[in-house]
Amino acid sequence: MTTTAAPTTRRLNTSKAMAEAIAQEMRANPEVFYMGEDVGPYGGIFGSTTGLFEEFGPSRIIDTPISETAFVGLGIGAAVEGMRPIVELMFADFMGVCLDQIYNHMAKIHFESGGNVKVPMVLTTAVGGGYSDGAQHSQTLWGTFAHLPGMKVVVPSNPADAKGLMTSAIRDDSPVVYMFHKGVMGLPWMAKNRRSVDVVPEGEHVVPIGRAAVAREGTDVTVVTLSLSVHHALDVADTLAEDGISVEVIDLRSLVPLDREAVLSSVAKTGRLVVVDEDYLSFGLSGEIVASVVETDPSLLRAAPKRVAMPDSPIPYAHVLEYAVLPLHDRIEAGIREVLA
Amino acid sequence: MTTTVTPQQGLDPAVRLDLYRTMVLVRTYEMAILREYHADKGPGFDIGKGLIPGEMHLAAGQEPVAAGVCAHLTGDDAVTATHRPHHFAIAHGVDLERMTAEIFGRETGLGRGRGGHMHLFDPDVHFSCSGIIAEGYPPALGQAFAFKRRGTDRIAVAVTGEGASNQGAFHESLNLAALWDLPVVFVVEDNKWGISVPRSASTSVPSNADRAAAYGIPGVRVEGNDVDAVHEAAGELVARARRGEGPSLLEVETLRLLGHFEGDAQGYRPELADVEGEDPIPRYEARLTEAGLLDGATREQVAAEATARVEAAIAFAKDSPLPDPAQATRYVFAEEGSR
Repeated sequence: MTTTAAPTTRRLNTSKAMAEAIAQEMRANPEVFYMGEDVGPYGGIFGSTTGLFEEFGPSRIIDTPISETAFVGLGIGAAVEGMRPIVELMFADFMGVCLDQIYNHMAKIHFESGGNVKVPMVLTTAVGGGYSDGAQHSQTLWGTFAHLPGMKVVVPSNPADAKGLMTSAIRDDSPVVYMFHKGVMGLPWMAKNRRSVDVVPEGEHVVPIGRAAVAREGTDVTVVTLSLSVHHALDVADTLAEDGISVEVIDLRSLVPLDREAVLSSVAKTGRLVVVDEDYLSFGLSGEIVASVVETDPSLLRAAPKRVAMPDSPIPYAHVLEYAVLPLHDRIEAGIREVLA
Repeated sequence: MTTTVTPQQGLDPAVRLDLYRTMVLVRTYEMAILREYHADKGPGFDIGKGLIPGEMHLAAGQEPVAAGVCAHLTGDDAVTATHRPHHFAIAHGVDLERMTAEIFGRETGLGRGRGGHMHLFDPDVHFSCSGIIAEGYPPALGQAFAFKRRGTDRIAVAVTGEGASNQGAFHESLNLAALWDLPVVFVVEDNKWGISVPRSASTSVPSNADRAAAYGIPGVRVEGNDVDAVHEAAGELVARARRGEGPSLLEVETLRLLGHFEGDAQGYRPELADVEGEDPIPRYEARLTEAGLLDGATREQVAAEATARVEAAIAFAKDSPLPDPAQATRYVFAEEGSR
């Protein structure tokens, strides 16, 4: 992490921290522009472009028609010509209407060209549930993006990382999918965790892509998680500390590249692993984390690992049903107690 | 606005000879690739075998489209082509040796052997292609967007076949280009067949030029696979895009002389026996000869030049090293200090 600004105590919510990084990069580089549905005067449905239209106007903060294949593809072509587009897919759930441009074009052009054509593009997208938006507007799907080669996948959990990872994403010469959970944005119209407003460095702030953070140090068990689930895990860690259980929380911050070293060194210390993932259980991130440990050194684990994830089911609408499947406090605590038993 | 262009007679003789040269170069190339492709597929036909493995979609018969359109472009303009890309690549000036090396899967290829014949990228002339039907249209929007943003008169040409005109990407692209006045000429090559499905079974209108009207842009259809008519129609559409007057659509009736891909027996094609008589190159030769622009000596010279270039490119490919298997996954991400 590099910061050129003086230490600050200024606090921002995550959406404003994200927008601040975009604004700073746009001031420094005329090739950067932001494009998507309702990103102009509205400021992004989830606040991703708060205040940007007022400063940069409609030529650089561009509202698009509801036409994701066309405008995601437009971003790709502009990036191929050396611009640095940031393209917003309003919900990750909408990947289905433009996936070909994402995984067959954005992600593959550099490889297919033998490294001769770069696609320096950021695809931002909102993820996650918890507010009864149903099966088509609540998914995280980061495992799906991460499974398809050729895109970096970053998933900030807090305001400072949102800013620092956005700076890195815009400057990266590879396509970066930047997935922000609606529950970490600090939106005034949605239940928010208490850490969604926090101290954010004021000047240039860079968080390198591919390095996990130790969100809380501990000695008894490692919880590997990301995005909003980091906050649930930290809350559980507070609770368990009262029982004398020391929980280490690893915030992955990116799926691609995946910081396997950070996972391994934590598990080497604690000997116990719980993975908390708001994506579907099977064929995804939670299995990947467990495999990373077991393939490297199964003797690191003193107990069988535990995965706390979304079950392999569409996400239900009714509040009681959705909260039965989300990986929240009770399920995380039970998972930790199980590996400690 | 839909216009059907009929061949004009006033075209500059030098331009017509250039169109002829381009078409002959493309045909010579496709026939040479055909020869090399089938040279070592046996015994029988194993698609994954040989110096050129994999699917092979050749553009013989469709030369008038590429020659007529690309005559109006420079290497600063962009072209996004299809799974059948060779004619547009050649007509747009893609490096023939590196393109051929890519088709042969060599380290010296445009994609260092990572792409193949459906994935040719030559950034020096802003050329790309995609194997996914209609999905080459959206990136062309972005290239045109960047050209316009930088205040240039460069344009993008986006190519598909008629089978792509029922895809969402096709219609989304026409709308966005029209909405934002992007300098794009959308080209539809109507070879009448989507693999084995005839146009009559795929498309609700007789002319895709009519669909341009739905987006408020000019639509032109050229009948008869006539390179002079393509040249004339494309010239107007390219010029208006350069003047900042926005996108347009050009559909060209053309001809797939060969199968969808090599190995396609084409049993579904009742008119196959007549196809050879519709070959656009002998017909153009006859017209140029009749107009006094082409004689036997010039014809031989054009053919010899094309053969020399093509065979040199094939020799370059065959003499080039294979990629290192240990590097099979290199270039997934941009590397520090790379271009």
